[in-house]
Amino acid sequence: MPQMNMVQAVNDALRLELKRDPRVVLLGEDIGKVGGVFRVTQDLQKEFGPDRVIDTPLSEGGIIGAAIGMALYGLHPVPEIQFSDFIFPAFDQIVSELAKFRYRSGGEFPAKMVIRTPVGGGIRGGHYHSQSPEAYFIHTPGLKVVCPSNPYDAKGLLLASLRDPDPVLFFEPKRVYRAARSEVPEGDYTVPLSQAKVVRPGQHVTVLAWGAMLYEAIEAANQAAALGVDSEVIDLRTLWPVDIDTIIASVKKTGRVVVVHEAPKTCGFGAELIALINEKAFLHLEAPPVRVTGYDTPFPYTLEMDYLPLAGRILPALVETARY
Amino acid sequence: MQTQFVLDDVVTVIGPDGVADPATDPKLPGETVVKLFKHMLLTRQLDERLVLLQRQGRIGFHIGSLGEEACILGPAAALGGDDWLWPCYREFGALLLRGMPMQTYLDNMYGNANDAVKGRQMPDHYSGRPYKFGSVSSPIGTQITQAVGFSWAAKMKGDKSVSLVFFGEGATSSSEFHNGMNFAGVYKTPTVFLCRNNGWAISVPADQQTASQTFAQKAFAYGMTAVRADGNDLLAMVKVTRDAIERGRNGEGPTLIEALTHRLSGHSTSDDPKAYRNEAEMKAEREKDPVPRLRAYLVGLGLWDDAQESAWAEQVDGEIKRAVETAEKTAAPALHTMFEDVYATQPWHLAEQQAEAERAPRPAGHGGGGGH
Repeated sequence: MPQMNMVQAVNDALRLELKRDPRVVLLGEDIGKVGGVFRVTQDLQKEFGPDRVIDTPLSEGGIIGAAIGMALYGLHPVPEIQFSDFIFPAFDQIVSELAKFRYRSGGEFPAKMVIRTPVGGGIRGGHYHSQSPEAYFIHTPGLKVVCPSNPYDAKGLLLASLRDPDPVLFFEPKRVYRAARSEVPEGDYTVPLSQAKVVRPGQHVTVLAWGAMLYEAIEAANQAAALGVDSEVIDLRTLWPVDIDTIIASVKKTGRVVVVHEAPKTCGFGAELIALINEKAFLHLEAPPVRVTGYDTPFPYTLEMDYLPLAGRILPALVETARY
Repeated sequence: MQTQFVLDDVVTVIGPDGVADPATDPKLPGETVVKLFKHMLLTRQLDERLVLLQRQGRIGFHIGSLGEEACILGPAAALGGDDWLWPCYREFGALLLRGMPMQTYLDNMYGNANDAVKGRQMPDHYSGRPYKFGSVSSPIGTQITQAVGFSWAAKMKGDKSVSLVFFGEGATSSSEFHNGMNFAGVYKTPTVFLCRNNGWAISVPADQQTASQTFAQKAFAYGMTAVRADGNDLLAMVKVTRDAIERGRNGEGPTLIEALTHRLSGHSTSDDPKAYRNEAEMKAEREKDPVPRLRAYLVGLGLWDDAQESAWAEQVDGEIKRAVETAEKTAAPALHTMFEDVYATQPWHLAEQQAEAERAPRPAGHGGGGGH
């Protein structure tokens, strides 16, 4: 089985689906000739032509608006937003239109697409190349939100998203685009949406994480083990609709939970996860649920490693929660 | 094509004497024009009735097309059966012309159990896939980019269909107008942009939307054909839209049509134009009403008379009455429908919330929407 990084795995999934399904069309800024600023779509235009892998004008609202029209026609568009920080010009099309089309038309006009976009910090990108805007979209009924942490899941989740009947925001953690490597099967396979994965079983405290921060959570869990704290790390993989059963089963076992995410703390997805845990497992809790997140500031440049919830900040949260 | 465009040119067919100019006349068969005139009358009669129903508190909202019937029905009539229409929100007349039964439209006005959109949207936010007619939303201009994407997809697939998208002159200020026009220009999509310049975006006059001399000239910046037409002249609207559709179908790309018209009412039933319009101006506009204009043409050709008109009005009145009666008797959508179609299949959290709603006490409903 070949080793791939996440860039190669996503590229492989896109190539496979472009070949398999003539309805699939990729569009975005710089995705054609140059293969995307992260080279995720490298060589796809060469292979499938400029009508299937389209370099668009520099307009996120135009990309998503046009992609919605394509989806209404019956194509399966896969728009790329170059950085998720630049998704906001398309926010109206995503939130007011894409998310509501099936519902508002009484089922007459389902609009299916996968919006791919790199997410997260730790790449010296400052405010506008580092943010994690997932909560805005989780908050919007009608959207699904996915964020893989490794190449195997990236390919399998992307193929599942491409075949899903609903609009999916597919956040690719750019900090681990090339750093994360794993064995990736060459052919077709899917990783089902809305299924979390217990990546490190443990008894004392549940850690919920996704994307690039999963590695920080695992690192912190390994360090905590040396201090006698046995952490159960769960990779959510699909953020919404979230795999509530896996989360609740784990929290009922450990009675303790730490949520890790890069996005700002207030109204971040961690707040929703903890509210759900309170609703469904309150009597099993042995300690207050804890969030280790980005701060409620704009994403900083020079001090970004202090801003991110790295292992150094997760470790004391695990130990304190376990010993509470 | 663009260099031939003169700002002062406004395509007109029916002259003040009610006679068609042979140079621009689309030469529709008499029976077709009669059919369109009858539909124009029906649209207006229905419009007036819906305003009344709103005033009586029987429906929540209506956004009508009083005075704009010619530049809504003319373009719709120019479409072929495989072409698509992407509405703004004043185009119920076009939807009925494309085949939606009156009853289905009234069910939407009441948001009842038979409403095609299951009571999920305000009145006049219909959806008409069976009639190749898009779904209405309230944000301004979003349908423009979508229509471009749709027609672009058709072009990619070698399908000869053309998309006609409606919007008002106010929408030309939106980013969606720019996005859509720009993409259409770059990819030469088979799209007809139909800008109804009725002079007003709620209370803001057209000269505060743009410093351009015309809305049509904006097409030049996008490398697109532009045309201005008398929006109160149904035959002129058929002519310019038909030409634009033909260009689209032949691979000559998109066209921006600016239809000059007047909004002979408020923005919607929630608006009172007295605060910003003066009576003299409105009176002058009423004199350019598209209905008497087309009537004069038909009467001149001996194709229409008063007796036909009163018989038609009576027939339409009966049809509206029956549809209103049925819509009013139809129950509200069942509670569970609120939790359907959010996703293709219902996820766990919506199943939970549906169960919660089914346990909750039912409040007294209002059965209609507010408005803006």
